[in-house]
Amino acid sequence: MPTAIPLHVNGHATRLTVDDPDMPLLYALRDNLGLHGPRFGCGLGQCGSCTVHLDGRAVRSCVTPLSAVGKKKVVTLEGLGTIDKLHPVQKAFIEEQAAQCGYCINGMIMEAAAFLASNKSPSDARIKQALARNLCRCGTHLRIVRAIKRAGAGV
Amino acid sequence: MLRTKPSRRDFLKSTGVLIVSFSLPSLSKTSFAQSGTPANTGTKTVALDDVDAFLAIDSSGGVTLYSGKVDLGTGIGTALTQIVAEELDVPLAGIQVVEGDTALTPAQGKTWGSLSIQNGGVQIRQAAATARLALLQEAAKRLGAPVEDLMVEQGTVRSRSGGKQITYGELIGGKTFSLNLDKQAPLKDPATYKIVGQPVPRFDIPGKMTGQFTYMQDFKVPGMLHGRVVRPAAIGATLLSVDENSVKDVPGLVKVVRQGNFLGVVAESEWGAIRASQKLKASWSNWEGLPEQSKLWEHVRATKVNKDDVTSNVGSAEQALQQAAKRLSATYNFAIHTHASMGPSCAVAEIKEGKLTCWSSSQATHDLRQQLAAMLSMPDADVRAIYLEGSGCYGRNGHEDAAADAVLLARAVERPVRVQWMRADEHGWDPKGPPTLMDLQAGLDANGNVIAWYSQLYVPEGATGNVKLVAAELAGLPHETGMVPGNLIQNTAIPYAFPNVRTVAHRLAETPLRPSWIRAPGRMQNTFCNESFMDELAAAVGADPLEFRLRYLNDPRGVELLKRLASFAQWQSRALSGQSSSGRSLPKRDSGDIATGRGLTYIKYELARTYVGAVADVEVNRKSGEIRVKHFAVVQDCGQIVNPDGVKNQIEGNVTQTVSRVLKEEVTFDRSRVTSLNWASYPILTFPEIPDVDIELIDRPSEKPWGAGEPSAAVVPSAISNAVFDAVGVRLRSVPFTSAKVLAAMQST
Repeated sequence: MPTAIPLHVNGHATRLTVDDPDMPLLYALRDNLGLHGPRFGCGLGQCGSCTVHLDGRAVRSCVTPLSAVGKKKVVTLEGLGTIDKLHPVQKAFIEEQAAQCGYCINGMIMEAAAFLASNKSPSDARIKQALARNLCRCGTHLRIVRAIKRAGAGV
Repeated sequence: MLRTKPSRRDFLKSTGVLIVSFSLPSLSKTSFAQSGTPANTGTKTVALDDVDAFLAIDSSGGVTLYSGKVDLGTGIGTALTQIVAEELDVPLAGIQVVEGDTALTPAQGKTWGSLSIQNGGVQIRQAAATARLALLQEAAKRLGAPVEDLMVEQGTVRSRSGGKQITYGELIGGKTFSLNLDKQAPLKDPATYKIVGQPVPRFDIPGKMTGQFTYMQDFKVPGMLHGRVVRPAAIGATLLSVDENSVKDVPGLVKVVRQGNFLGVVAESEWGAIRASQKLKASWSNWEGLPEQSKLWEHVRATKVNKDDVTSNVGSAEQALQQAAKRLSATYNFAIHTHASMGPSCAVAEIKEGKLTCWSSSQATHDLRQQLAAMLSMPDADVRAIYLEGSGCYGRNGHEDAAADAVLLARAVERPVRVQWMRADEHGWDPKGPPTLMDLQAGLDANGNVIAWYSQLYVPEGATGNVKLVAAELAGLPHETGMVPGNLIQNTAIPYAFPNVRTVAHRLAETPLRPSWIRAPGRMQNTFCNESFMDELAAAVGADPLEFRLRYLNDPRGVELLKRLASFAQWQSRALSGQSSSGRSLPKRDSGDIATGRGLTYIKYELARTYVGAVADVEVNRKSGEIRVKHFAVVQDCGQIVNPDGVKNQIEGNVTQTVSRVLKEEVTFDRSRVTSLNWASYPILTFPEIPDVDIELIDRPSEKPWGAGEPSAAVVPSAISNAVFDAVGVRLRSVPFTSAKVLAAMQST
């Protein structure tokens, strides 16, 4: 049965019609709303590529049922900042050239932005711990840590 | 795939990523041809000897580079742009790049083997040099000045003595060069380079950091449906029956597609396709054709040898071994690895009026085109394969297979279909780096000189080519039959000048899982064996591992590299006075349960190009057996460097990814199927476990540019194993270096 579900994404209230209210949030964002930031990596909550913010907390959208979002405000990589108005974490990632393929980077930036919001000027060790559940295959870790440290020093 | 600079982002948005617009030919009289552009004929040359295959310049002076080599997330798109900007003297921002489109880009070969700059970039540079000379000759006519007096800045030609000027856009705008690529066209003097050699920021990165970049996984075409595959329950199982009633309630289901053992579902929505693929009840025959994993190495050793490849043969190693005062032998092995890209493989296929268009992240669209045409028994000319960058690709992973899946599903429903693999499809069904086994023997004379080296490698037969497509095989459609594991015998021969050397590869008739190449294929495994065994020999004579290598290295560039590594890593001699039968006694650097050690290793990639040396610092926990790789120092000489930050990014990635492979990774399987199907059962390195990496690049601007994408991966396993020996005195001869193996090795000494 098609069901209408209200959703607040990147500052806009919207209404989606979906067949299955338990569809993970990821597919609503990517397929219904055409967003590219959150990415499908595993569908199991293991890698972090799909990370978005729900009321400022980093969550795995691939294992978050749409029905569980409720009135929480969703922010994706697109909503965090734009080319013309970069979030400090995005800016630092560009300055550090912290990507190879960049497929995981959505998760890295979203996780880091949520982490830095409550942790000023963290050490390398704390940054690594904060990202312990985000996976990268290209091996861009060192640049990612440098970028987060740079953003953390400036935030 | 079309790439543009951020400044051209609006153009990207307005055109999508695929359509390249060409300006109409201008009416001015020039010697450049006015026909042959897409605007005129609808076709474009992709011939490798044709300048127009590589370059086009529009009337505003904008340059389009057509590259058969594609950016797999390495930044090669930016580096190739630097080469063109340098050679043509045009601004970087004025160049757009089209990659890997069989209708538009020359077939420069697969994007593999660290050859995108070394081969692809060099071809592109020559095309640009040819174009530049032709443009200057035309400008000379128009400006009435000799070519030698002309100079180019930002795409504008003028005489050094002043006077009139003319732009590239005015000279050729929209017309074709109609020139053969001239191998003699003069190249710029590297001493004058302004763009090549600079750490130019990658132009794909801002879009990737803001969700604006269109990956393959983001790509859509109008009317597109979503597909998912349902793979056999066992690798060789036969599909017995499918219960379509099991999915009849899935909203938006379009079709269950079955062809032989190929099974898939197509739905209006992606989530519908996923649900249908999970709910679909299918019955498969039993199949238990895989060996027992616990007896993998016995299985490899017992596999029929179809032929021997002798990769080097100097003197008589077997005879010298008999005469040696001391003989050493060891057996090394290296587990089956999967590519494990973060984003599962994805493709879109559309068949319209008998012509197939397939978008994928294939590293070899020109080859994929032939494979898809063969699968559908249609002419190559009716297939267009287009590259779109996807998740990182470290060799032949699942991209081509997802493409074939999309094609079969699109054909079945007569609509465009997008397929993305689920995580278990990727981990379970991408082709694997095959298991590698090597026996090594060496002989020393009474003075501790190495007089013989004899190695025997056991790897599947076959070399390079196209890996068979899973969908074609399952569906019983035409497909390749042989194994294509990549060139696994590279770097079996050694860089050291021993008087008697024999290196042989026994090529096996089969290997458990469909093989292919993964980053530094063979070169990594063989260097692990050779450089670890070299360390064993150094220890056997009480020599410092660095000094021991220099004794036998005649290559001045290699010697320089090792000396610079020694200085860069602050290497201190590991030499020990006197020697014992068990090798050197170990210096005590322990603190509680933690022992620390350093290991050194060296490669001349394929004995023909890029040199890399590395020193690893490790900690070994004597109680738990856990290895922590703390630091890598890497020195690399890859000749001329186009983008030093890009090269450093590759080296950091190589080290980190390979530390993961060496410490953690092993594909597991039962008798029927792969069982390591996600990140829990196939763990990779996490942030708290990464090493620091320091890099020194030896830039040689006047030398040829060599590959940088793989060579520094190949030195990582042996650097770690040698460091572990330095720390705790045991040899790790089996990748991955799990805690259990470390503890077992320590207990047996």
